Amino acid sequence: MSRKNLLVALAGQPNCGKSTVFNMLTGARQHVANYPGVTVEKKTGFFRTDSGRVELVDLPGTYSLSSYSLEERVARDFILQDRPDVIVDVVDASNLKRNLYLTLQLLEMEAPVVLDLNMMDVAERRGISVDHEGLSRHLGIPVVPTVGKAGVGGKDIKRVLDEQAQKEPEKFFVVDYGVMEPHVQKMQSRVVARMQLPESYPSRWVALKLLENDAEVTKLVTADNADADELVREIERLRSEFEQEAGIPAERHIAFARHKACAGICREFMTLPAEKKASLSDRADRYVCSRFFGPLVLLAILFILYEVSIVFGYWVAGEVWPVWGALETFTASILPQPGFLSDPLLFGLGTWVVKSTTAILNYLPIFFLLFALIAILEDSGYMPRMAFILDRLFRRFGLHGQSTLPLILGGVYVGGCAIPGVMATKAIPDERARLATILIVPMMNCLAKVPLYLILIGAYFQDQGGLTMFFIATVTLFMALPVAKVLSLTVLGKQPSAPFIMEMPPYHLPTVSGVLRRAFERIWLFLKKIVTVVIAVAVVVFVLINFPGLSRERMAEYRAKQEAATATFMKAVDKTGYKGEISADDVLPMILFADSLKDAKRGITDREKAAAVNTSFQQANPVYYAVVKRKGADGKKLNKAYKKVVKLRKKLRREMRTERFESSFLGVMGRALEPVTRYAGFNWRINIALLSAFAAKENSAATLGAIYGIDGSGSVQESMKAGEAGFTPLHALALMLFMALYPPCVPTSIMVRMQSGSTKWMVFSIAYQTLLGLAVATLVFTGGTLLGLTGFQAMWAFYALCVGATVVMAFVPDRQPEKVEIRETCKQDC
Amino acid sequence: MTLDELKPGTATVMKDLTASGALGQRLLDLGFYPGAEISVVRNAPLVDPVELELDGYHVSIRHDEARHVEVE
Repeated sequence: MSRKNLLVALAGQPNCGKSTVFNMLTGARQHVANYPGVTVEKKTGFFRTDSGRVELVDLPGTYSLSSYSLEERVARDFILQDRPDVIVDVVDASNLKRNLYLTLQLLEMEAPVVLDLNMMDVAERRGISVDHEGLSRHLGIPVVPTVGKAGVGGKDIKRVLDEQAQKEPEKFFVVDYGVMEPHVQKMQSRVVARMQLPESYPSRWVALKLLENDAEVTKLVTADNADADELVREIERLRSEFEQEAGIPAERHIAFARHKACAGICREFMTLPAEKKASLSDRADRYVCSRFFGPLVLLAILFILYEVSIVFGYWVAGEVWPVWGALETFTASILPQPGFLSDPLLFGLGTWVVKSTTAILNYLPIFFLLFALIAILEDSGYMPRMAFILDRLFRRFGLHGQSTLPLILGGVYVGGCAIPGVMATKAIPDERARLATILIVPMMNCLAKVPLYLILIGAYFQDQGGLTMFFIATVTLFMALPVAKVLSLTVLGKQPSAPFIMEMPPYHLPTVSGVLRRAFERIWLFLKKIVTVVIAVAVVVFVLINFPGLSRERMAEYRAKQEAATATFMKAVDKTGYKGEISADDVLPMILFADSLKDAKRGITDREKAAAVNTSFQQANPVYYAVVKRKGADGKKLNKAYKKVVKLRKKLRREMRTERFESSFLGVMGRALEPVTRYAGFNWRINIALLSAFAAKENSAATLGAIYGIDGSGSVQESMKAGEAGFTPLHALALMLFMALYPPCVPTSIMVRMQSGSTKWMVFSIAYQTLLGLAVATLVFTGGTLLGLTGFQAMWAFYALCVGATVVMAFVPDRQPEKVEIRETCKQDC
Repeated sequence: MTLDELKPGTATVMKDLTASGALGQRLLDLGFYPGAEISVVRNAPLVDPVELELDGYHVSIRHDEARHVEVE
């Protein structure tokens, strides 16, 4: 009888076309999450075969199943602990010899394997043929040839899965370890017998892993064992016994034997073309990776990436904006109506939360384009080439060739976003370089920092605007590189550093469906994680800037002003024919009526439609309509008084907002910080703006606008110049540099936590950037003041300092010139 | 002779691997074993890393790592 739910795992080496096989089998029904407790992505999909439903889990792509990397451990643990009913092992038919290395290890684990001979088209094109029936007989497992990209062979796999699920695996192919066989037997009988092993751990496999000195398996067999020490000693003795006899370390002999077995199988069942010709990829690489053209191609690709995702993306975001605007209007319409002076809490909080969310949603088109472009780069095989070209340069600063993309996305010049930048660090295999990259990506110039730069340049560096923009756009990289080096020499010094060994797969033409699928997957993951956090943080910030609120006395004063205004308006009413028809209670409803009329007509350009809206509003309330739209003699007369009330309401509300803001928790913090930030040239008003920017960088400009009391009239830079009489360009420079080094915004911090796998690194990244920003701002401001430099002079003095630091750091040798050996690559707190 | 001493454009056969631990394991997993035919394809624009061809596929490693591969 067949089981209802079949658990199938998909295993394979990197670049074997595993994802295309996964998509071929599952179609659109898939789900991405993380493996419990680790940052490795877990993709699950479902499909039906003739006899039931199948759950397909995509294991991380690994070359082998040792315990040296997190991915390998995740894959291995899944096979051992979740015991999938069948494992589909995807191998690249054009690269069979290396791919079989993993297959043999799967068989060693006594897992029920189905071999998927994928990329048959590529193999055929290269003149390689494989006797898959012979291979199947030799290994004792079904072998299915497929072309995942074209969807060929999917039915065969499903049929074989049904067959396999119904029968017990008979015999597993065994690799002959030659001179080691007696030692394997000894390890099996002596050590393995003395342990209480879970049933799912095959004894021969455990014995081999112990001979390989596998840290995880050794831990497993000695855990909960009374004489663990003795056991370890015995394992050590058996290992050295072999090494003395054979003159070669055991783990090396094991790997060599496996490779020999793979080579033997390939000799028997694979026919290579008589003559080898240079493939298209080889010919392309002659240019793409060459000394002269390589960097040029790289620059061109980065330029296109930037133009499409950031420049074009911003245009698309602008086009999509009305959708989010409509969402805001809709929320406002279903919440309790606003009041004359202050709004109900539910209205204030509701619109605030929605606005904070739409501010993030606004980036969606940009992220989507970015993710799609990255998927194209990944699928095409260009990523490893990029790392190949730049590794030498970045390594000098403790980074990695693959740090390029995260830095570009973060905004190496101007315009980027740290969130996808931090996300993209996932691909960096070297843990130390990966963390260093995560920590410096937020120092790049994200787009949200730009409004503040523009305000300050407009107000204080008008004559040298272009040069100042160039300064701030490029100085960040010269600050980030030395910082990365310092971090990797100090706090990251203990992090494991991995050797640089990277496969350069042949180029592939990415498929549209593959790229879109990947982009949607990532967007969805991003939305789920970020939006929930943003909502939570928005609530907290709302409380911080709105409470404790105004005192009762101040409220009474404002209310008196409101009543006076209403009274003046009523006097005007009495002079018109509306006497008795309009009461004091009508003032607020009338203003709200005008607001909703404006909302209803927003975006309507068609004259007939606009007239229709007018008519419906006129029918709903002819009196309000006449006053608001100046209809009739009385309406015209009263409209003047009405406008005055509206203007006063705006003024009062603005004053109240500023006052509430200044006395709020955040305002108090801003004042409390003044003694510290004074040396950096920041007063409490600037402090408030900077504090509010933590939620999202865009806030800095908006907050300054609110503080300096402008409502659409006049520019922020003008009001700022007028509002801060004592401000000099030196102040502005310090503020700009602080903003450049500013701690990551909340969504980025969340991403840092996700990608580094620990809260510790998130807190560290916030703290060190704040301190560094403050130190740099203080140095520039206080130092500049003491030396009597102008803002412009201080700017270039600082620039020279940073470039100097970069050059010096490039020549500081790494603390450990010898490669650190990784026993564990643990991304968790452990 | 070790692999990092070879000039781009030359081919050789691997003799031994002197790296242990993670580096050794990685190299083994990727098919560096005695008897494997290796050809040096090209250096990166800034000299390091180096691209190799091994058993019909391409892999790039740093010269530091190539030093651990003994060749004929």
